[in-house]
Amino acid sequence: MINDMKPEDVVGEFREVTLNLFGGYPRKILYTEIETPYPDGKLIVSTTDPKGVITHVNQAFIEMSGYTDAELIGAPHSILRHPDMPPAAFKDLWDTVKKGEKWQGFVKNLRKDGGYYWVKATVIPNIRKGVVVGYTSVRRKPSRTKVDECRKLYPTLF
Amino acid sequence: MSFLFTVSPDFTPDHLSGWYIFNTWLQKQTGVPIHLEMYNDFNAQREAIAQDKVSLIYANPYDAAMLVREKGFLPLVKPVGVSDEAIIAVGAANPVDDVAELTPGVKLAFTDDPDVKMMGMIMLEPGDLDARNMQSLPCDTYVQVAKHLLRGDADVGIFLAEAFDDLSAMIKKQLKILVRSQISVIHHSLMIGPGLLDQREPFQRCLTAMAADEKGVGVLESLGFKGWEKVDHEEMEFMIDLMDTLTV
Repeated sequence: MINDMKPEDVVGEFREVTLNLFGGYPRKILYTEIETPYPDGKLIVSTTDPKGVITHVNQAFIEMSGYTDAELIGAPHSILRHPDMPPAAFKDLWDTVKKGEKWQGFVKNLRKDGGYYWVKATVIPNIRKGVVVGYTSVRRKPSRTKVDECRKLYPTLF
Repeated sequence: MSFLFTVSPDFTPDHLSGWYIFNTWLQKQTGVPIHLEMYNDFNAQREAIAQDKVSLIYANPYDAAMLVREKGFLPLVKPVGVSDEAIIAVGAANPVDDVAELTPGVKLAFTDDPDVKMMGMIMLEPGDLDARNMQSLPCDTYVQVAKHLLRGDADVGIFLAEAFDDLSAMIKKQLKILVRSQISVIHHSLMIGPGLLDQREPFQRCLTAMAADEKGVGVLESLGFKGWEKVDHEEMEFMIDLMDTLTV
């Protein structure tokens, strides 16, 4: 289950759109043009169960997403889904990790306050005794050049 | 017959005698004959692991996946409150204040510590820098990395944060930190392997109780540690998965 975004949580002028998230959840998204720079030297780490429900987050994840620990644990990872991200990117992610392979890409993530931050994300399946028990996602600071390329490319993928 | 114990070759030189003292303490506590072999470099140590000579190792996190998945090692303990962090630094007179201002072609000084180098390379990525567009200047020690920066032989250096912090005040004054990692979950671990696996629980018990033992405290001090805490299998698997995401 995932809640709609609330105007009182959003900072600055925002636009509104409804996204159909993975698993068939519609979500009202309120988003702004305010970017939070990725902090130097930090990694954002999270794990999910096989369905993409968050089971663990680190402090950097909490700080960058703007959500509390309690809001994140049990929520689908698509709570970070920004409307500027083409659905094809996430289809590619899921197709790749379900084959047991690593996925890497540049992602624009949505914050609770409607702002965004860019990351270089790597997702791998957690395999225990031959069974996929979940996924680990690690995000690091992306290069501005790669982000600029994605800013141009992603709108063409819808 | 004694079992072979080895320590990741990136140990701090000041703690060399501490590892021998620790080995003596461990043998007395467990009654297991253990021979400590210190290898000069990672290749020599990995060769010994490949030949199944090693039964106990204070391992670099970079080698943890290989030890667990290929050689059947299990984690025992990690030092309390110690994690591996990296620093990217330049000479203090260098006008660069941000990794993003570094340009392709820069000369990079680094040691062969695999996890520190990996973290350092990740912190250079925001500047579009990678192994293909930088010149490499491999060094044996972090003091050498610092000297290359001071002499201008290298433009940028990767340090283990602890080693950077231990440099003399005079050297540090001539260097400038661009980034310090705050990863927290990458750490060395003491791991037990084939031949000793049936001793895992007694070893864990004696190591986690070490800080409460009068003699144990002195031995820990000689290693620069406050104590040992247990590492369970899932925590190790989590770190291995994390390292896996960082090596691509």
